[in-house]
Amino acid sequence: MAYLLAGISAGGQYALIAIGYTMVYGILRLINFAHADVFMVAGLLMVYLTTSVPYYIAIPLVILITVLVAFTIEKCAYSPLREAPRMSVMISAIGVSYLLQNVALYVTGGQPQVYPQMEFFSRTVTIFGATTKMVTVITPLLVAVLVVALVFLINKTKIGMAMRASSVDFNTARLMGIRINSVISFTFIIGAVLAAIGSMLYFNNYPSVIPTSGSMPGLKAFVSAVVGGIGSIPGAVVGAFIIGICENLLKMLGLTPFSDAFTFALLIVILCVKPSGIFGEKKIDKV
Amino acid sequence: MSKKILTVKDLYIAYGGIEAVKGISFDVCEGEVVTLIGSNGAGKSTTLKAISGLVKPKSGSIVMGEDKSLTGLSTDAIVAQGISLVPEGRRVFPNLTVKENLKIGAYLRHDNLDEDFKYVYSLFPRLEERNWQLAGTLSGGEQQMLAVGRALMSRPKIIMMDEPSLGLAPLVVKDIFGIIEEIRKNGVTVLLNEQNANMALKVADRGFVMETGSITMTGTGAELLANEKIREAYLGKSKTN
Repeated sequence: MAYLLAGISAGGQYALIAIGYTMVYGILRLINFAHADVFMVAGLLMVYLTTSVPYYIAIPLVILITVLVAFTIEKCAYSPLREAPRMSVMISAIGVSYLLQNVALYVTGGQPQVYPQMEFFSRTVTIFGATTKMVTVITPLLVAVLVVALVFLINKTKIGMAMRASSVDFNTARLMGIRINSVISFTFIIGAVLAAIGSMLYFNNYPSVIPTSGSMPGLKAFVSAVVGGIGSIPGAVVGAFIIGICENLLKMLGLTPFSDAFTFALLIVILCVKPSGIFGEKKIDKV
Repeated sequence: MSKKILTVKDLYIAYGGIEAVKGISFDVCEGEVVTLIGSNGAGKSTTLKAISGLVKPKSGSIVMGEDKSLTGLSTDAIVAQGISLVPEGRRVFPNLTVKENLKIGAYLRHDNLDEDFKYVYSLFPRLEERNWQLAGTLSGGEQQMLAVGRALMSRPKIIMMDEPSLGLAPLVVKDIFGIIEEIRKNGVTVLLNEQNANMALKVADRGFVMETGSITMTGTGAELLANEKIREAYLGKSKTN
């Protein structure tokens, strides 16, 4: 039971990162390799901010600064390449990823930074006869609330409609009066907010943050997005829970060393069998 | 002649070194139906895209009304001026419902849309029946109706249509041209690109013939329809209707 709970919780954390990947892909057809490092930056921000301000100020501030970082990355590294081949943008994303890691290395001096343990999150609770941390219980609930809010935003609001329209056809969306650049910025902002929240839940289970801390959760979130069908938000969430739960069940069976390998094996299987993923984009074009 | 609503002057447009439009000038008056006719690759679509701000002209000017220059404005600013384009190939958003497609046509408006929905549904009752269907599941003709309805939702002063009859059954084409008359009656100026010169010239007040990037002939719809050269090139020699 404890393993299942841990799996659901890990899945929720992957889901929050995976949504950022999948949304950016949905609109720009870009795998944003820097996303995992934005997640790591959010972790470091939390470390530094909590040394000087209390949590209730640090948390919104971390979210805000993470959003600014993601927004700036989009404006400086992706926006000027809007008309360039997709490969150029992807290389730019890889560049940004290394840039963030190296800046983090410089700032931290290569020392692991101890992540602040929020007393409330770390509190032990007993649920369904299993003893676990509070964060494990909160994560899936918080993820559910955020995903519902996001689905509402995309399906029921004007900006959501603009996002869906832009994801299929930039030029026609422009003809409606939609400012594509604002829609893209907005997409990055949502991704950053979720990654920042995800980082708070994720790092709470780990003692410290290092410049490459984003890589593994980032990769797993990316695999989740692909397994679920990249471009699809429900897909990313389902994929993330599948991976989170399977990993922890493997740990339960004593196969801990293989849990990461399993994730990537699953990626290969999905790419071979159903490359569009579980909820892959439906094609309903008609001539 | 009534007031000019759109004046295009010495417009040059190039795509990577190839000149698609070579210095054309024409104007459109308020309440007119004006058509650009010509074969594939004559530069008609490019001209409309330039007016919408989707492609940047190399030189020349596009002016709305007396002195509102559109050259260099972004597409959303041009839409806000009251120019909407029904793009070639309809380009409805397949993943949005019919109703959402109409709603998104009014993206820049913040007032009540009820009247506009009623107006569009009165023009195209079929769209009301299919309100909740995804636009991608509509037939070609229905998609064209939706594309026109969507453009009307912004309450444009000028509606531009790029090849609205392309790939549609003759009966549907007749419907679409009927709608053009209807739109004009409501005071909206229409700028129409057509390969179907016969239909286009019948509804148009004036027409411009484009060939490989230049305007080679102008006249009223009836004049061009009667012109020997036009009939030979675009209408089929023996046709007399």
